[in-house]
Amino acid sequence: MSDVAVLPFRPASRRAAAFGDRLFAFLAMSAGVLVLVLLGAIIVSLFIGGWPSFRAFGLPFLVNTDWDPVQNVFGAGVPVFGTLVTAVLALLIAVPLAFGIAFYLTEIAPGWFRRPVGTAIELLAAVPSIIYGMWGFFVIVPIMGDYVEPFLTDQLGDLPVIGGLFQGAPFGTGLLTAALILAVMIIPFIAATMRDVFNTVPAVFKESAYGVGCTTWEVMRSIVVPYTRASVVGGIMLGLGRALGETMAVTFVIGNTNRITTSLFGPGNTIASIVALEFPESQAGSLKLSSLLALGFILFVISFIVLAISRLLLRPRSA
Amino acid sequence: MSAAALSLTGPARDARVAGLLSRRRKLVDGLVKLLCIAATAMGLALLASILFTLLFRGVSALGLHVFTDITRPPGSNGGLLNAIVGSLVQTMVGAAIGTPIGLMVGTYLSEYARTSALGNAVRFVSDVLLSAPSILIGLFVYTILVEPFGGFSGIAGCVALAVIVVPIVVRTTEDMLRLIPTELREAAVAVGAPKWRVIVLICYRAALDGIATGVLLAVARVAGETAPLLFTSLGNLNWSLSMTQPMSSLPVTIYQYAGSAFDDWVDLAWAGALLITFGVLALNIVARVVLRPRA
Repeated sequence: MSDVAVLPFRPASRRAAAFGDRLFAFLAMSAGVLVLVLLGAIIVSLFIGGWPSFRAFGLPFLVNTDWDPVQNVFGAGVPVFGTLVTAVLALLIAVPLAFGIAFYLTEIAPGWFRRPVGTAIELLAAVPSIIYGMWGFFVIVPIMGDYVEPFLTDQLGDLPVIGGLFQGAPFGTGLLTAALILAVMIIPFIAATMRDVFNTVPAVFKESAYGVGCTTWEVMRSIVVPYTRASVVGGIMLGLGRALGETMAVTFVIGNTNRITTSLFGPGNTIASIVALEFPESQAGSLKLSSLLALGFILFVISFIVLAISRLLLRPRSA
Repeated sequence: MSAAALSLTGPARDARVAGLLSRRRKLVDGLVKLLCIAATAMGLALLASILFTLLFRGVSALGLHVFTDITRPPGSNGGLLNAIVGSLVQTMVGAAIGTPIGLMVGTYLSEYARTSALGNAVRFVSDVLLSAPSILIGLFVYTILVEPFGGFSGIAGCVALAVIVVPIVVRTTEDMLRLIPTELREAAVAVGAPKWRVIVLICYRAALDGIATGVLLAVARVAGETAPLLFTSLGNLNWSLSMTQPMSSLPVTIYQYAGSAFDDWVDLAWAGALLITFGVLALNIVARVVLRPRA
């Protein structure tokens, strides 16, 4: 470290040094406090902005499925439903794939191959959300409408109970397509977290299992996964948090209709997509704008809870 | 000694059953491995599909006019100059505001408050903000900078992006500073350097590569952000660099153009998408490949 050897040494007076120290410590702490203030300000500003709407509609705002700018009646029911359904569906698709990728990257892939493949998967997370929207709209939507949805209707549409989920006009847009795009977007986050926590398993544990003759999969199932269970769930929650608030990609492919449908092919909306779409047509100070801010507040509360749980589970285990 | 005497469990004593079991276990193992390889191949195929689509649709739309003309009404051969410049300005200013704050927070967490309650709270909140939906940051900045001041503005867009930059820089700065050995700090303190000079002259220098990586990743992240800008800088179809006026940006322009019914606008959207994606991916690769090994 030749940099250190040339440290310019100017014997300052002890008082000046103490003042410099206090000033720097103060600046550092102020910056830290600023982060807390920022979070507080986000919550408070969204709540205040949404207050006229909360006051006008009360608690039923959460479940009311109307969104009627003409009558000035607004409810969060449909967007909240759409947000939860697409996020959970996205998890169902993403978790097995992300687990497979993480398993491959930690135990199966040859050593020299892990870094380039890992980087490529991480790059998938770096692609901007709007690009996923365009790709989804121009590439995935036609595939869904022409092949996947008619196929699913043929195969599953007549089943009792769940058949209704797979019926309806195959437009290509809708809840299922939105969930699919969301899944692609959160796979890299979940996979990267899982890979990192799988790598924290002490080698001696795995070696002992291999030593008594376990196969790679048995080591994974009986040693690695139990050891990292909390962090794996944390990684999944991190992905859920991302999926809940994703905006641009969903706006392109979900169909943007304020209606609850029983079919997964049906159009819908999410909190983020309705805010992005309706915002430009809202007057400042109107009840509609206030309702959008109220939706933002609800989304913030949901994602804060999910992300907080995720962080608690992902805390490094104390030695 | 026979094999059976060494075996601890019962069923494996029968050689035929043992053979079947072993074959079954190997089969399951192979099947799972195959599925994992398939999952990884699918992930890579998705990335390839996105990049290929962008190249296929974007390159044909890319031309000199994209960089030299500003956005124009459909059918009049416009470009994206104001959007590109607007994006560069907002990304740079946003990073310039967010980086020093994030650097100080990271310093606070690593050098002053590793275990204090306040430090833990700041670390927790910063990590939550790292993954908070960016659309909410846009709404937040709308309520504090757009609504009270009577209009959308470039500076509001910059502030929204800065809020997104801060937690990213915090995370990498803290991680990098924590990697610096205590002995290095002790050596500097021993020759009489005050703590703040130790941090600035020793720790920052030693962690420079890592901190720069964080800043690059933050820039890459905000360069593609669309949702927060919809409510802050709004977008502007005319040439404007005024910070108090609505400002154009590449992602918002792509959003407006891609959903339009005009073929030339959709083509321009693909050209813009190509530019932004390869810019962002290039920044990521530079940050990872060039800087990381030395960090």
